Amino acid sequence: MPDSVPVNGSHFPAVMIRGLNFSYDGYLVLEDVNIEIQQGDFVSVVGPNGGGKTTLIKLILGLLTPSSGAVKVFGQDPDRVRTRMGYMPQHSQLDFQFPATVMDVTLMGRLGHGSHFGFYSREDREIVLMCLEKVGLAAIRRKSFAEISGGQRQRLFLARALACEPDMLLLDEPTANLDVAMEGDLYKLLQELNEKLTIVIVSHDLGFVSQVVRTVLCVKRKVLTHPTAEITGEIINEIYGSPMKMIRHNGGGEGCNCTSS
Amino acid sequence: MYEFLTDLRQYPFLQNALLTGLLAGVACGVIGTYIVVRRISYIAGGIAHSVLAGLGAAFYLQRVHHWSALQPVYGALVVAVIAAITIGLVSLKARQREDTAISALWAVGMAIGIVFISMTPGYNEELMGYLFGNILLVSSSELWMLGGLDVIIVVLGLLFYNQFLAVCFDQEFARLRGMNVEFFYLLLLALAALTVVILATVVGIVMVVALLTLPVAIAALFCRTLWMMMIVSTVLCVAFTTSGLAISYSPDYPTGATTILVAGFAYLFAITFRWTSDRIRN
Repeated sequence: MPDSVPVNGSHFPAVMIRGLNFSYDGYLVLEDVNIEIQQGDFVSVVGPNGGGKTTLIKLILGLLTPSSGAVKVFGQDPDRVRTRMGYMPQHSQLDFQFPATVMDVTLMGRLGHGSHFGFYSREDREIVLMCLEKVGLAAIRRKSFAEISGGQRQRLFLARALACEPDMLLLDEPTANLDVAMEGDLYKLLQELNEKLTIVIVSHDLGFVSQVVRTVLCVKRKVLTHPTAEITGEIINEIYGSPMKMIRHNGGGEGCNCTSS
Repeated sequence: MYEFLTDLRQYPFLQNALLTGLLAGVACGVIGTYIVVRRISYIAGGIAHSVLAGLGAAFYLQRVHHWSALQPVYGALVVAVIAAITIGLVSLKARQREDTAISALWAVGMAIGIVFISMTPGYNEELMGYLFGNILLVSSSELWMLGGLDVIIVVLGLLFYNQFLAVCFDQEFARLRGMNVEFFYLLLLALAALTVVILATVVGIVMVVALLTLPVAIAALFCRTLWMMMIVSTVLCVAFTTSGLAISYSPDYPTGATTILVAGFAYLFAITFRWTSDRIRN
């Protein structure tokens, strides 16, 4: 069990989900989910495509409402603590022709910090510049969103999530367009960030899992928690839908029924 | 062209037409930019045409039932805002049916308008004016209305620039930042509806669709930020209306059609230019 690092003096778990079911168009996407993510944890969400990984993230963010059950983030309803979460979406649905610079996009992370009107403060700009430096995009901050590469776009969305100054970072497939070197940089950065904040990432990449992640959530309609230390070839097989196995999972004595269908 | 310049000094109707072009440029540049980047020009078209229902109804009540205070444009404004909010809610709640809802509103709105027009006696030149407009017949009250619209658009546009940008770019992220996405999206649609109606009563629907999209489409080829696009498309819009006016004046071509053709050719030219220069660079 990872140590619980209190953030902002609160002692609630970062995420607590109890008895959650979620259906979409009559199809049960997530069933009887019960999980707890401690503050300061580094969680990787793995599972097959269509298994409900992104759905789980969006339920935590409060972008989707559970059909039944409860989601609490820092002890409260997700939409009340939204601004404490930094989210990096899978961005394929965005318009790549949109007229905005790298700086413009990152500044959106500063919305919801000051007044509801217009302008960003000097402080906002300084924070954004720092975030761009962290992901190595400060030099191209005046470039247009349309001109940058897929990998740069990925890092831009990470910078935007960081600009929110979140207590918890949720990243959906952050390594999708990155090459091996950039991926290494990303892990290092996330590890450093994890000293201060809770991180939840959706990833196909199990190499990543073994290095820096402390907890693995296996999502395939049901959600099961495994500490990384217990991750074995068998679990990996399960995650990718190969032969079904029983494993012991953290704490309780029940078996993992992360079944392949 | 010389005749245009000398007459411009003499005739107030020409000065009004020129001023209309200037004022329309600001509204079209700002609102058109949002419409184009959010890819909702079909919504603008839908609102513009459904408004015929309000126009026809007001016209009918005015002529047949002598509600003399009810100007057709008031009916149009009411219907436009209702149409904008309906379309906005449909697009926020049931995204996949958005285009169907717009088509329905478009057709039904026009049909209601036509029914009212057929029930109204006399020659309905105002309704023809609404479809095709005439920039040479703009009254000073219409100019004031256009000026008022510009003030509203510029003030709200400055005040909420970053919010509108965020909502247009990534609605989901904007919501996560605690923004009331519905409010800003509906406000944007309501502003678009106001723009469409007021401009349509002055220059006609066809011209509105052209002025909202063509200058912005050209600006989009060369601008990398939203505010740059707004400024460039405003300048282009003014250039098109002015040159349309000047070119059509002596040979007595229809001004609206000439303006649209100028804008259309400019768009074609800009695309070709951009395409060739990209080719050469690579």
